[in-house]
This record gives sequence, C-alpha cells and structure tokens, in this order.
Amino acid sequence: MAEVQIMTGNQAAALGAKLSHVQVVAAYPITPQTSVTEMLSQFIESGELKAEYIRVESEHSALAVCISASTVGARVFTSTSSQGLLYMHEQIHWAAGARLPIVMCCINRGVGAPWTIFNDQQDSIAQRDTGWIQIYCRDNQEIIDSIIQAYRIAESVYVPVMICYDGFVMSHTMMPVEIPDAEAVSDFLPPYKPHTILSPEAPMNINPVLFPWRRANSEGVLCDGYMEMRYKLQKALDESRDVIISTSRQFAGAFGRDHGGMLWQYKADDAEMILVGMGSLASEATAAADMLRAEGIRAGVVGIRVFRPFPKEDVRAAFRKTKAICVFEKAISYGYEGALCSEIKAAFYGTDIRLPIHNYICGLGGRDVKARELAEAVRSSRDTIAAGDTEPMPKWLNCFTE
Amino acid sequence: MPENLFKVNIEEYMLPGQRACQGCGLSLAYRYVLKALRENTILTFPACCLTVLHGLYPTTSVTIPALNCTFASTAASASGLVAGLNALNRTDITVVAIAGDGGTFDMGIQALSGAAERGTDFIYVCYDNEGYMNTGTQRSSATPMGALTSTTPVLTKQQPKKDMLRIMEAHDLPYLSTTSSAYPIDLYDKFVKAKRIKGSRYMQIAVPCPPGWGYAPKDTVRIGRLAVETGIVALFEIEDGKFRFTGRSKTLAEKGNKLPVINYVERQGRFRKMSIEQLRQLQRWVDTRWNEYLKRAEG
Repeated sequence: MAEVQIMTGNQAAALGAKLSHVQVVAAYPITPQTSVTEMLSQFIESGELKAEYIRVESEHSALAVCISASTVGARVFTSTSSQGLLYMHEQIHWAAGARLPIVMCCINRGVGAPWTIFNDQQDSIAQRDTGWIQIYCRDNQEIIDSIIQAYRIAESVYVPVMICYDGFVMSHTMMPVEIPDAEAVSDFLPPYKPHTILSPEAPMNINPVLFPWRRANSEGVLCDGYMEMRYKLQKALDESRDVIISTSRQFAGAFGRDHGGMLWQYKADDAEMILVGMGSLASEATAAADMLRAEGIRAGVVGIRVFRPFPKEDVRAAFRKTKAICVFEKAISYGYEGALCSEIKAAFYGTDIRLPIHNYICGLGGRDVKARELAEAVRSSRDTIAAGDTEPMPKWLNCFTE
Repeated sequence: MPENLFKVNIEEYMLPGQRACQGCGLSLAYRYVLKALRENTILTFPACCLTVLHGLYPTTSVTIPALNCTFASTAASASGLVAGLNALNRTDITVVAIAGDGGTFDMGIQALSGAAERGTDFIYVCYDNEGYMNTGTQRSSATPMGALTSTTPVLTKQQPKKDMLRIMEAHDLPYLSTTSSAYPIDLYDKFVKAKRIKGSRYMQIAVPCPPGWGYAPKDTVRIGRLAVETGIVALFEIEDGKFRFTGRSKTLAEKGNKLPVINYVERQGRFRKMSIEQLRQLQRWVDTRWNEYLKRAEG
C-alpha cells in the first residue's frame, strides 16, 4: 500500500532514486542539493539500498563515475546544483554523446559571480544544448514520481534525463508525498538493459576518435561518422516526446497520478491571458490565475514540464485560443530574453498563432515571487497590450531598474 | 636477473596498424603493459597519444576493451568502472586507467588523488613523455628544466620536473613503481606484480618521444637507457612503504657508476638552449633525488 509522508523535495528525490533501485551513486555536496547525497549514503550504509556510493572529489568526477558505471551496465544516479552542474558541463555533453541513460537531479540554484546559494533556473537552462531531456517539477510528489519515470524514459531512448526542481522552494520545503509502492515501482521499471556493455567478453574501443567522414570497419561496412551519431542523438530526443507522454500515462495508470507529460494546464481552456512558467513558479502562477479570475480576468496557466525536447506541438495546441501570454522565467539568455520565451515564440513561427507575448524575468538569486506580484504583472501586461504594445523588452519583476 | 625474462606472455594485444609515431616509446612500453595485464582487463584513458595509438572508429589495433573519457576524469572514470563492475558482481576484472603526464601531473591530478585516497581497486598508469606531445610538444609540469617546448620556445622551461611519485606516495598506496620503455622486462615484472595487488596502484613509465624531444626515432631505446644510466629516471618500486631499486638502477646504485646528465642532455634537440647553470641545476636535482633513494634503499 502506498503511504503518505510529509517530506522535503530532497527526501522525495532520494526516495525516488532508492525506489528505482539505482546501483551506483556518485555525488559531491553543494547547497541546496546536499541532503539528497546524505540520505542516499544513509540508505546505502545502512543496507536499505544495495548500491555502490562513490564519494567523489568533484562534480566533474561525479558524472565521470556515472558515465563509466553506466557503460559497464549499472543503473546510476547523481544530483547537483548551480556551480556543480556547471563544473560538470563537459561531462554532461559526454553522457548524452555516449547515449547513456543517466538520471541526475538538478536542484536549481543561481550561478555566480557574485555568490548566491538561492534559487533560480540559470544553471539547468545553461545546459539546454547538451542533449539531455530536462523535466521541471512543480511539487515534491512530482519529484519522486518523475525520477521513476525518468529511468524508464532514459533506458528506452538512451538519452540521459535531468530532473530539475527549485532549490529551497522545493528542496527544503515539506509537502505531503505519497510514496509509490516498491513492488509496483519494480513492475513499472524493469531492470536496465544497456545497448552496449563494455566487458572483456566483447572487447571494443568505446568513444574513440572520429574523423569527419564515415569510415569502413574491418568487414568493409561503412560506419557512422561523428555527424551521423549527432543526428541520431537529435532523432532520439525528437522521438522521446512520445515516450515521455506514454510513460506519464502509464504511470498514471499504475499509480493514479498524471503530471502532464510534456506540459500541464490550469484553467487554460477559456483563458484570455495565460501565465507560463516552469517548476514552482508555474505552480505559484495558479494562485495568481485564481486571483485574476476573482476580479473578472479570465486567466489560466501553462506549466512547461519538459523543456528538452521542447514540446512544440503541445505548446501550439495549448495557446491556440488565448489572447495573450505572459512568460515568467527564473533565468535569462543575456543579451536577448528568457530562453523559454524565445522557444515559445519560435514554436508559433509558421502557424497562424499571432499573440502578444510578454516576458518577465523574476526570482533571480532567490528573490521572492508572490502570486499577487504575478497577478499584478498580468494586469499591467493587459493594459500595455490594450495600448498596443505587443512585444516589449523583457521586464524585470521585483527589481529596482529605475 | 629479471623475474620473467623467459616467460613473458607470448600473446599480443597490440596488433599491427597502431597509429603512434615512428619510434614511439609509449608503443614499446604499452605492448608489454598489455602482455602483463592480459585479457581480463578494462582500460580507460583520456584524449592523449594513447587515443591515437588505439586508432580511429570503427577500427582499433588493441584487443583489450577500452573506454575513452574526458581529459580531467581518467581516475574518476576508473572509479566508475570499478563501482559499476562491483555493483554487477564482476570483481574478477582489473580496471586500468592510463594517461600521459599532462593528464596526470596537471589536469588529472584531482581525480587521481581522489580515487587513490578512496583506495579504489585499480591500476593507474602514467606514461611520462614530459610534455603535451599529442598536441605538439607543449610544456607540462613533467617537462624537465632547460627543455625547449612550443610554449617555452625561447627561454626553455625554468622550473624542475614535478615529483609525482612523492605526491602519490603521500596517499599511502600499497604499490608504486617507476618503469622505462627501454627496460621492458623490468616493466613487465612490475605490471605482473601490480595486477596481483589490491587497492590503488600507481605506475609511472618513462617513455622517450622522438618528435617532442628532438632525436632520431631509431634512438628511443638508447635515450631511454641513458635516462636511467644518468639517474634522470630511477627504476624502483615501493611496496607497502618499502623502497627497492630494480633492474639497471639497482646495478647503478650498487656499483656507484651513474653517468653525468650531460650524456643524456647532449643527445636531444630540446636541450639545445640549456644554459650551463641549468645543466648544473639539473645535475643537482638528479643527485639530491638519487641520494635520497640510496638512503631509502639502505634503510
């Protein structure tokens, strides 16, 4: 029987990894991720979880350990935040290039300089182009459930998955979480079957140097060049959309919870103004939508759950009927606008969807974002749009910009 | 007499078609490393001369399974192999990490120190050609004083070579050794021994590099021998803290007939701008170290 407990996001993540029967964990402590690694070491040292725990000397090594352990056929897990994720950057590309089904939690935190330990999503957004699937969770229940789903997704498309959730706002905030039944998880998630196992029984040289062109093997058969391999990674990400959606549905069938596949909607069907965001910010936006509705503005929310692969078709469908969009983001592509805003705009290209889209940069470095502030931003956008300003520069919410 | 002179494994794991340079010291040494390690081995290495030696996808000249890893992560990659194999109950396989001096003394030192401190059950091999040779002879912290490199092209390297063995010994390893491609049987014996020992083992191989050091490819063995005969490279092993000279270095230590470093230096283009003062310093550096070794060998 599933049991409900009050727990932090980090507890939910550690439990999710445990329920997924991970075989190798390698991690390095960084705020706000640290307690995930502490709990997993507790599980492993006490014998509750049979796995190897490698207390590495850096995040770069944490992912290196996961990459190699995954290559010999073990199910692996790691987690990090902020600078740690950036320190891994080279390995993040490597893991995707090697087509390894690694699952990593990114407990979102701002990036220095100057130092901040508090939440925004600049760290994982900066990994957008590494070839990983990125899933953003909106509550602690979604964290534990998404980790279990992530292994199933990763191991069927051979693409690593990053489970992102907001530091402190979720990592250190207690919420009721229904713990999935261990046996039901084992049924849902079969053991990991690697596409290639490195072993003395079948010697090979994995991830060697490639030259620009395809090259023949010893039997004279032309094999992939670098570019063919890269094309296959892109294709796998494209095709992972269906796997993500079906996994989400099958999970709902087995456990009774559907977190929405690629995206989720709240009162968006008849909404004239839609608030868009990822993670806890989108969750906060639902309260803002209720406030706006109370005063007669038909507001709704679209929470983007999967940022890569970007849900182009789902986004087109979700915004087809609305009149305007406000995209709230805890990250920015400096010199332009929020990355999520750009993606949404790009998804509309070539369609007849022509909407005013306002972009709000907010909550950087942990600055609080309240529902009433989101509501106020929507009201102001509504007025500006009425005055004819359909696509202004990104506005900085709760920031003294003069 | 070397232990295994007449019983070296006749199996070849490095087949014809390897892509190393002519006269490469690494390729001479690597053949014997693999003969000693045998089949039940998994290798991991970063981008380095060894990557080139192993060949271009989809062909390879080496029959031992190998995993390429990022430059800074060789020892962490080995940790992952060991952890993954343990998790799958495959504890019969020897995991071997191999990197050059750049990937060991410089960029890989953090991961290496971490893996060694954790007592990871693996063999770490550093093949030391004293510079970033794969990228065209740039200075590393293993480059000796007075050597010209493409990043010390005018003034030569001003600092002495980093003593990696001392750094690794500070990790309380069960086994460390130095070897040379010019003395393959000494090298073979040490790798056979290392394979039998549990825990983190550190092996350093001195491998002369014709294009990087500026000598003719035919002279690789001669240069390697001179390095040992002048004491630039000392052949020894440290087993559970106990130091022991081996092979040619043992004879030199017993007979006291080590050659002056000039015999080694004068045959290499990279030392052509070395000053007299640098030569004196290099001789002092060698003598200080040699005397320390002699003292440890007695004690």
